[in-house]
Formats: sequence, C-alpha cells, structure tokens
Amino acid sequence: MINDNFFGRRRSTPTRPVPPGQYLEDGFPVLSAGPTPRVDISTWDFSIEIAGEIAGTWSWKSLNSLEQTDMHTDIHCVTKWSKQDTNWRGVAIDTLLADAQISPPDGYVMAYCDGGYTTNVPAKDLMDGKGILAHTYENEPLPAEHGGPVRLFIPHLYLWKSAKWIRRLRFMEKDEPGFWEGYGYHMYGDPWLEQRYTGD
Amino acid sequence: MPSQREKPWRVATVTAVKIASTRVKLFTLELPSGGNFKAGQHYDVRLTAPDGYQAQRSYSLASSPGDTNLIEIAIELIDNGEVSSYFHDSVEPGQRIEIRGPIGGHFTWKPSHTKSSIFIAGGSGIAPIISMLRHRYAVKNNSPAVLLFSVRTEDDILYREELESMSDNDPSLQVITTITRGASKDWIGNTRRIDRNMIDSALVNTGVTPESAYVCGGSGFVESMANTLLDIGLDFKQIHIERFGP
Ligand SMILES: Cc1cc2nc3c(=O)[nH]c(=O)nc-3n(C[C@H](O)[C@H](O)[C@H](O)COP(=O)(O)OP(=O)(O)OC[C@H]3O[C@@H](n4cnc5c(N)ncnc54)[C@H](O)[C@@H]3O)c2cc1C
Repeated sequence: MINDNFFGRRRSTPTRPVPPGQYLEDGFPVLSAGPTPRVDISTWDFSIEIAGEIAGTWSWKSLNSLEQTDMHTDIHCVTKWSKQDTNWRGVAIDTLLADAQISPPDGYVMAYCDGGYTTNVPAKDLMDGKGILAHTYENEPLPAEHGGPVRLFIPHLYLWKSAKWIRRLRFMEKDEPGFWEGYGYHMYGDPWLEQRYTGD
Repeated sequence: MPSQREKPWRVATVTAVKIASTRVKLFTLELPSGGNFKAGQHYDVRLTAPDGYQAQRSYSLASSPGDTNLIEIAIELIDNGEVSSYFHDSVEPGQRIEIRGPIGGHFTWKPSHTKSSIFIAGGSGIAPIISMLRHRYAVKNNSPAVLLFSVRTEDDILYREELESMSDNDPSLQVITTITRGASKDWIGNTRRIDRNMIDSALVNTGVTPESAYVCGGSGFVESMANTLLDIGLDFKQIHIERFGP
C-alpha cells in the first residue's frame, strides 16, 4: 500500500544492502528489557553445559588466554536499525569447544545471562566461526550497556540472539523459546527473511 | 505455531489527529478488527513510497486496552525523522496506514499481577505508561502507584489534565511531574532531573516498596533510572524498561 507524500528521507546508499524493513544507523542504540547488570569480572565465569553436565568453565583470564577471533560485520536489530562495518573481537565457540575437547553437539542451544535473560539458537549457528563470545568492540572493552564484559555475538541473526552479559550455553536436543521468543518473537530470527515475530 | 500469534500487516484508518504539545501529536487509528492488547505493548507501522521504498517504526499504544478497535498512538516529532515527520506533516483523518501488532510482552502491566507499581516516564515515554494508568483506572485497580514524569518544559506535560483528574479521583495514585528546563515562575513542582531523592520521597509518601517498576523514555534516561532503581534496592527482575530512542 503506497502512502501519499511519503518519499523516505533515510535513503542512504549503504555499502551493502540492508535487510528488508531495516534502516541504517550511525550510532549504536542500546536495547534491553531490564537494567544493565553489575558484573564483577573477578568472579565472572562462563560455562558450557551438555546433557545436564558442565563440560567446560572459563574465567575472564582463561577466556582471554585462548585464541582470539576478529569479526568485521554488519549488525541488525529487530527494532529496525542496522549498522554496517562494525568490528568485534572475542573467542569463537569453536575454540571453546576445542579447548574443552568437546565435539560440536547437534540440536539447539539456550543462552543464559546475568539478569536472567535467555535466548535460543540452533547449535550449528554458533559453529564454524559464526558465533563468538565478544568482549571487545571497535578495539575497546565492550561497554556494559552493550553487553560487556562478555556477550554472545551471532551477527547473522537479529541482535536479540546475541545475548548480552552471557554466562552459560546449554546444549539441548529440542528447541525451546527464550525470553523474547516466549513473547512472540521468532524462534530463529533471520534478518534477511525478516523473521521478526512468530509466523514470519 | 498457533496462528493467532502471527502478526500480518493490516490496514488501519486514521480517525483523529490531535495536537498534544509542540512536538507531539496523538493519532487515533481504527483497526479492521480486534483491538485487544496488553497495556505497554506496541504496534509496528510501515510506510511505503511510490517506488516501493519502505520504512518501519514501532509506536507504543497509549490508549487503554478495551473492547474497541480504536487505538491511540503518541508520536513525538524527531528532527529530520523519517517516519515521525511524515506523521506530523502529512497524516490526516481518513488516511490509511499499514500496521502490525500488538507486539511485546515484557513491558506490560496487568492489574491482576500487580501489588504496587512505580512508573517513570521521560517525555513521550509516557505513551505506554498512560495506557497502563488508563487501564488501571478503568478497572478500578487501587494498588498503590506512583508516576514520576520528567519533561523538559511545561508544554511537554502530555496528558496533563487526564493525569491530574486521575490522581484527584484516585487516592492510591500519586503523580509527580518535574520540569527540567525552563519551568515558569508559577510552576510549584520539581525542577530537577529525577534522582534517588525524588524517588525515595515519592515512595515514603506512598508507604510501599514497589513490586514492579516500569521505565520508558530515551535510552540514556531509561539507563539512568534503571540504575537508580537498582540502587534503591529493587531487584533486576522487578524493573521493566522500554527505550524509544538512541
Ligand atoms: C518499542 C518501541 C516503542 C516506541 N514507541 C514510541 C512512541 O510511543 N512514540 C514515539 O514518538 N516514539 C516511539 N518509539 C520510537 C519510534 O519507533 C521512532 O524511532 C521515532 O519515531 C523516530 O523515528 P523517525 O523515523 O522519525 O526518525 P529516524 O529517521 O529513524 O531518526 C532520525 C534521527 O533521530 C534520531 N532519533 C530517533 N529516535 C529518536 C528519539 N526518540 N529521540 C531522539 N532522537 C531520535 C536518530 O538516531 C536519527 O539520528 C518507539 C520505539 C520502540 C523501539
């Protein structure tokens, strides 16, 4: 349906196309459902849980001692903004699994965070360099309001899947909804297919 | 997936446009059917140019949930804003707009689940909160409630008369407005940004620790209010936030 007199003011010419329904943002808006948690890095740890067992735990120090992975990528928030050419550093989920000597499980993963946030993703979307635990954004420590000290980062999905303040990944056989997914947001969240809400 | 959860694009008709302040207009939209929603939810709006270019934005429902297919949204004019300026400059009664919703579920207020609430709004962030307060008033919920409303100027006090009349008629509701820039000499209310002191004294007056907090406005405002609520001892899970802008 065409809206009379609407021509659009934000037709920038992006370096690359943006997904449908998205507009380009220069800033970095903050989105979260609750306050920014106060995370103490000296007691912070991250763990991976498989079949009810903790398969690996990393402190802030041990996370930093692993091989670091850089990502140069575009990001897409379900609230309609996209940002191009952002730079992230962290540890690939592949690296963590290798460090714990775990072969990549199939199925799905639930991410758990400080503050109680959760989100679900298929396990394969975290493998082969597609998912990292990010702690650095544009060469600076990731700011707390953007998920620091450490957030999950899976930029090929809408940003709500890149869980801020991550503490644990639980591998599971069947898919389950996380926080937003339980409120009608899409179980997968591919921005290129505009999978914002259930049924999209 | 249950199909009633799907959110197809639908066409709504604008039935009224009202100037609420220098920067905010209220738009009443008539949905083709079913106006059911929870106070605090929003709709997505989609505009399409003749060449197919589209823009989508979210707008909170300001009206009270109820048995009607009329909804109200309050849109603040953002300088050079693509969608807000279109609404302000070009949208008139009779016009049709594509919408989908209602969307969201965390930032919602339900009378049955709430013992006491604190609402904190910055500017147009009052939109989903007036929906909650209207709903609360309509269902005669008298759980203790405080609204702290921060605006720049007196002109920005949206829903002023309605808020005054609600709090006059409902002793369980306390409304505190603060004008952070350029309050006139006649203004007898607060003139500073909402701080811990202001929240503390509001809560002392109501005599209850709030069970849930709802904060809405610009991102910086929301961040600082949520932090202050953590400082006064609210638990992370009690604080619900909605951010409108960068
Ligand atoms: C869940 C949700 C609910 C919302 N509910 C409402 C509502 O009830 N009423 C309402 O007016 N808005 C609401 N918003 C904001 C709204 O979706 C738009 O972002 C806003 O109208 C600006 O869109 P625009 O196209 O006019 O500006 P854009 O063209 O997107 O932006 C123009 C410039 O203004 C900046 N900007 C964008 N938004 C703001 C802002 N709020 N304050 C200051 N600068 C800004 C941008 O960064 C950009 O630089 C809501 C947002 C969300 C995510």
